[in-house]
Amino acid sequence: MSTAAVHTEEDHGHHHKETFVTKYIFSQDHKMISKQYLITGLFMGIIGIAMSLLFRLQLAWPEQPFGIFEILLGKWAPDGVMDPNVYLALVTIHGTIMVFFVLTAGLSGTFSNLLIPLQIGARDMASGLLNMIAYWLFFLSSVIMVMSLFVEAGPAAAGWTIYPPLSALPQAQPGSGTGMTLWLVSMAIFIASSLLGSLNYIVTVINLRTKGMSMSRLPLTIWAFFVTAIIGVVSFPVLLSAALLLIMDRSFGTSFFLSDIFIQGEVLHYQGGSPVLYEHLFWFLGHPEVYIVLLPALGMTSEIIATHARKPIFGYRAMVASILAIAFLSTIVWGHHMFISGMNPFLGSVFTFTTLLIAIPSAVKAFNYITTLWKGNLQLNPAMLFSIGLVSTFITGGLTGIILGDSTLDINVHDTYFVVAHFHLVMGISALYGLFAGVYHWFPKMFGRMMNKNLGYVHFWVTAVCAYGVFFPMHFIGMAGLPRRYYTNTAFPYFDDLADINVLITVFALVAGAAQIVFLYNFIHSMFYGKETEQNPWKSTTLEWTAPIEHFHGNWEGKIPEVHRWAYDYSKPGHKEDFVPQHIPLKKGEEELQH
Amino acid sequence: MNVILIFSVLILISIAIWQVTKIFELSQGKKVYTQVADDSDNNWNGKLMFGFLFFIYGITIFSFLSYGDVLLPDAASEHGSEYDNLMWISFAIIFVVQTVTQALLHYFSYKYRGEKGKKALFYADNDRLEAIWTIIPVFVLAGLILYGLYTWTDIMTVEENDEALVVELYAQQFNWKARYAGEDGVLGDANVRFLQDFDGRNLVGIDATDPNGFDDVVVQELHLPVGREVIFKMRSQDVLHSAYMPFFRAQMNCVPGMITEFAFTPNKTTEEMRQDPDVVAKVKKINKIRSQKSKELIAKGDTALDPYEFDFLLLCNKICGASHYNMQMKIIVESPEEYAKWMADQQTFAEVIQ
Repeated sequence: MSTAAVHTEEDHGHHHKETFVTKYIFSQDHKMISKQYLITGLFMGIIGIAMSLLFRLQLAWPEQPFGIFEILLGKWAPDGVMDPNVYLALVTIHGTIMVFFVLTAGLSGTFSNLLIPLQIGARDMASGLLNMIAYWLFFLSSVIMVMSLFVEAGPAAAGWTIYPPLSALPQAQPGSGTGMTLWLVSMAIFIASSLLGSLNYIVTVINLRTKGMSMSRLPLTIWAFFVTAIIGVVSFPVLLSAALLLIMDRSFGTSFFLSDIFIQGEVLHYQGGSPVLYEHLFWFLGHPEVYIVLLPALGMTSEIIATHARKPIFGYRAMVASILAIAFLSTIVWGHHMFISGMNPFLGSVFTFTTLLIAIPSAVKAFNYITTLWKGNLQLNPAMLFSIGLVSTFITGGLTGIILGDSTLDINVHDTYFVVAHFHLVMGISALYGLFAGVYHWFPKMFGRMMNKNLGYVHFWVTAVCAYGVFFPMHFIGMAGLPRRYYTNTAFPYFDDLADINVLITVFALVAGAAQIVFLYNFIHSMFYGKETEQNPWKSTTLEWTAPIEHFHGNWEGKIPEVHRWAYDYSKPGHKEDFVPQHIPLKKGEEELQH
Repeated sequence: MNVILIFSVLILISIAIWQVTKIFELSQGKKVYTQVADDSDNNWNGKLMFGFLFFIYGITIFSFLSYGDVLLPDAASEHGSEYDNLMWISFAIIFVVQTVTQALLHYFSYKYRGEKGKKALFYADNDRLEAIWTIIPVFVLAGLILYGLYTWTDIMTVEENDEALVVELYAQQFNWKARYAGEDGVLGDANVRFLQDFDGRNLVGIDATDPNGFDDVVVQELHLPVGREVIFKMRSQDVLHSAYMPFFRAQMNCVPGMITEFAFTPNKTTEEMRQDPDVVAKVKKINKIRSQKSKELIAKGDTALDPYEFDFLLLCNKICGASHYNMQMKIIVESPEEYAKWMADQQTFAEVIQ
């Protein structure tokens, strides 16, 4: 580790001799690594969305043969009709890719890496070497996950939650053979990557803040990334333990999760284990995971809304407190995924209590965003639209969480499409909007160019309409009793009247998928041909915009700026401009906001 | 040939979208190659934001009007009405919050849309406001929590008693079996290792050395007497399954290696349920769809679909493999007399293994 020397104050951004490989491939520079995370995340996102469109076609027109199935799925779609096992594999890999590879690595990995050193005033992350290794482990885990799609018996197909015994026994499902092994290997490597990244973020935020950057002057984005990293190091190891115990049950005959099983005509030897143990271990990560996905998006939204409203974020202290409250509470609510798992009902009561508590800091954040807009001077560019959209879908999705968090109500909606609608609104839309908002807003910082705003508008409005179009009606089919992970609902005449709704959802989904092509075009084209930007196009107060447009190691020529004020002096009375960057000293007689 | 055609169509559509995007972009000239919004952008998008509020309200109202009738009918169990009340109250609360917050969010996005020369208000804190909108949610949520927990304890507390009917629900890939405790009211011990006894006639693995098991009755269609509490003991043979009985507002996972339980008292017979106006309407709608479908099938030379008659259902609700989507058992709720008559016709375990 000694080769990864942290650049000290005096090393004024000196330029190493760089080869193509050390600059673009095995880079230790946080800005390059952030772009690598973004590209890999977007690529995995394309695969994840494509899978969702495939299974949505199956759900809307269940008995209709589709040529596209035959092309893409080959022998798993004989005569163009999808095989049920393949349907389950598609939803499994879709969930895994979207939650972990796109919304965790693609969101946190990209923006934590880009913004932490630049916004706190550091030359780079605490360890450039660990950072580089973290990215390449992520890349490796992505490759293995994609490889698992091509094994003969198919990829993992037990849901992204891969509960045993289904995931432990190849006899129970073809995907639980080699496909599951590769899934577990990929996730183990992913977790290692995530832990290394998180450790770096935590150490960097604690140790490498520039002079004057006290914790109470940190931009909310950094608070969010910092706390997210802490949640990550606390909870990801537990998923790793669950994965390792599952590997042992699968390959070494242990009985951590298995007991009293008869399958394919034989009594298996396992005694004494319990699948409920797996559920506890999985959800101990699984719940914080959704906040690992959401908090960075919320943090970036604070930044983007404040900048483009030309107003301070309302209630900075409350925002920090709610990030901390959400983080703490997120570690004690996991049982709300297990209300009817067979665990002692008393636990259900405990988890209902803690779950409904977590609604409070979430509500505070939503109210604070809305108040930030009040009496602002809103610059409604694409980044701002996506941030406002995030608040809208966060409210809608979060409110249905109140229904699901109530153990009694969960009895009849658990594992139905009501749940699917809820988590897609808060994760699949809200957090995804955060990713888009971040890309639009920090594109000039990443690539030195601007994206096209009209294409951004088209992207936003089409996506926004389709997002509600897909997931709002879905609540109804959930309340009608339709379970999730059902290959088709035609096995139950009772569900025949849901067919129209499924068609509507699929049509909106297909349009939404097509709209993303507009974003991809804008992103790729602007990377090379976008208008070159000025240094601080958004007239933002945070430190990243004081660094030159051209990227080099060390971020600033000469000394790192010193910080004299918090990050939200927008439209402060007594100043000619409607923003005062953090590094500008206080004027004579000016007071720093006591918050 | 088909393969090539479809692939080409997809690729061409993607290219078309890409090119149309490019044309759109080129047609605007150089001035849009910036992301900084000007007054015209703010105006348009501000108005669209406000319009979007009506889209959100609109899709909400549209969904309730168009899809309100797919929701489950009134509950057919005693605790079911408690459940439904809690559900409606919770929904009412979140609807009020949704309506107000979305309105404020989208209205502000419109009202305060940016204009050159305008200045924003430097308003960073208001502790009193924060306190108000923290404390109000605390009270509302506390109320919901207490109500919810009271109902939960009520539903989930299962007291063993002599009046209740004890039924085992036995889940396996991919069907259900039900085992009644018989005259003695006690289920015989059972374990998967007994499944292979008696040439596979021991369908749920009853331990033949336990006398309690001799009068047990194993069936594949669940009959329940109305008005009598039934305590379900759930078992699974292989992987996780979930016994989901939505009409009764009941669900519980079936875990291999564990016996889980859930109890309720059905208070409507299948016949009564079939007379419920909501159910009548739903059955009519479904049969309309089915007869439409049958016409298409007959035209192709296939057989028509059977008309649908309402029945209570047990479905699997935990992913369990390929036929997870078709793992069901019919539930019939009938008068105690009809139930007794049906039970008398069933074979006990002792009879099966002779």
